[in-house]
Amino acid sequence: MSLLTEFYKGIYKENPVFRLALGLCPTLAVSSSIINAIGMGAATTFVLVCSNTIVALLMFLFNKFLSEEGRKSINKIRIPVFIVVIASFVTIVEMVMAAYFPALSESLGIFIPLIVVNCIILGRAEGFASKNSILPSMMDGLGMGVGFTLALSAIAFLRELLGSGQLIGQTIIGGGFKPVLLMVLPPGAFLVIGIYLGFFNWLDSHRKQS
Amino acid sequence: MEYGIFQLIIMSIFVNNFVLSRFLGLCPYMGVSKQLDSALGMGMAVTFVMTMASMVTWVLYSFFLAPTYQSVFYLLFDTPIDKIPDLTFLRTIVFILVIASLVQFIEMYIQKVSPTLYKALGIYLPLITTNCAILGVTVLNIDMFFKDGLPLDNSFIHTLVQAFASGIGFTIVLILMAGIREKLELANIPKPFRGLPIAFIVAGLMSIAFLGFAGMSVE
Repeated sequence: MSLLTEFYKGIYKENPVFRLALGLCPTLAVSSSIINAIGMGAATTFVLVCSNTIVALLMFLFNKFLSEEGRKSINKIRIPVFIVVIASFVTIVEMVMAAYFPALSESLGIFIPLIVVNCIILGRAEGFASKNSILPSMMDGLGMGVGFTLALSAIAFLRELLGSGQLIGQTIIGGGFKPVLLMVLPPGAFLVIGIYLGFFNWLDSHRKQS
Repeated sequence: MEYGIFQLIIMSIFVNNFVLSRFLGLCPYMGVSKQLDSALGMGMAVTFVMTMASMVTWVLYSFFLAPTYQSVFYLLFDTPIDKIPDLTFLRTIVFILVIASLVQFIEMYIQKVSPTLYKALGIYLPLITTNCAILGVTVLNIDMFFKDGLPLDNSFIHTLVQAFASGIGFTIVLILMAGIREKLELANIPKPFRGLPIAFIVAGLMSIAFLGFAGMSVE
């Protein structure tokens, strides 16, 4: 039961993009089409789940086998340790993407290696996985990853629809519709996420009142 | 594509501005742009670390990771050219570790040498490790100025120029944003939009203004 709560909280209550405002750089950069958004979301989810699991496992082993002093000194260097774990998984993702999805890898470009510095991943490793056991950490990573993917897709949905009149390559709005080119250009990303954040704030205050 | 130094400077500051068109370094852009002083401090720190990190990663990439005639394995250990290990897949791990330790080292050095500078930059330095602008510029340099692991002509100079100019572009936008946000504090904004949402919308408007520079692109 509690495992499910760990999963669900990432989707709305603690959504990494809309509620915590973490991981903004990839969110804005790759949300110009839904395909890119889902690809980036899947890559981030994989890294999140794996790094959360390994970090929880490492912390469990440290606590079990190290003496009091060893634990203290490990505590001092834990952030670099987490970063190395995350960077290894990002490298795996980078190589797999380049081999099997060359088109996606091309369009995401520099933002695949930049998953390393996505604040969500280090934030969850430090804030959740280092304090909890393995199974909840895995679920937390999965929930956060799905929440991130949903948020990216929501932004990409508006941008792609208004910016080109298409969704995943299919024309949705045809006829006399003139695409708002601004939406697929960088300014569109800032405007859409600003409006989404405002909307979720409004929704939140509305819920609290009723 | 051959770039001149001047084109590179204009391109990095205005056309491909790090924040407004490449979307790198948004966390400090939103987090530290509430006051003019701290924006200036953060901008200086980022520019400094960007230039240093680009320098170090260029050297590491061309002498250690890439399997070329410059590789240390070829120069020092006489490895035959077809047996030099191709370590370019280690790029992400090596770069992030280099940046993390470089930031730590710079922090210690500044603290020892110049306490005044440390007071100005000190609190921003630890934040910089996880700033995607730094890792972004180093990866971008490799993508732009290397071909199949071999450095292009003048690639070291171009790397330094691009890193420094990108830092300046970041600082300019950060300072502009801080100026606007100081005014926003007093403005009458609908309640749900206060804080982060309106900052994003302002950034969107700034980004539209910066689109005007796209006409200066040389490509």
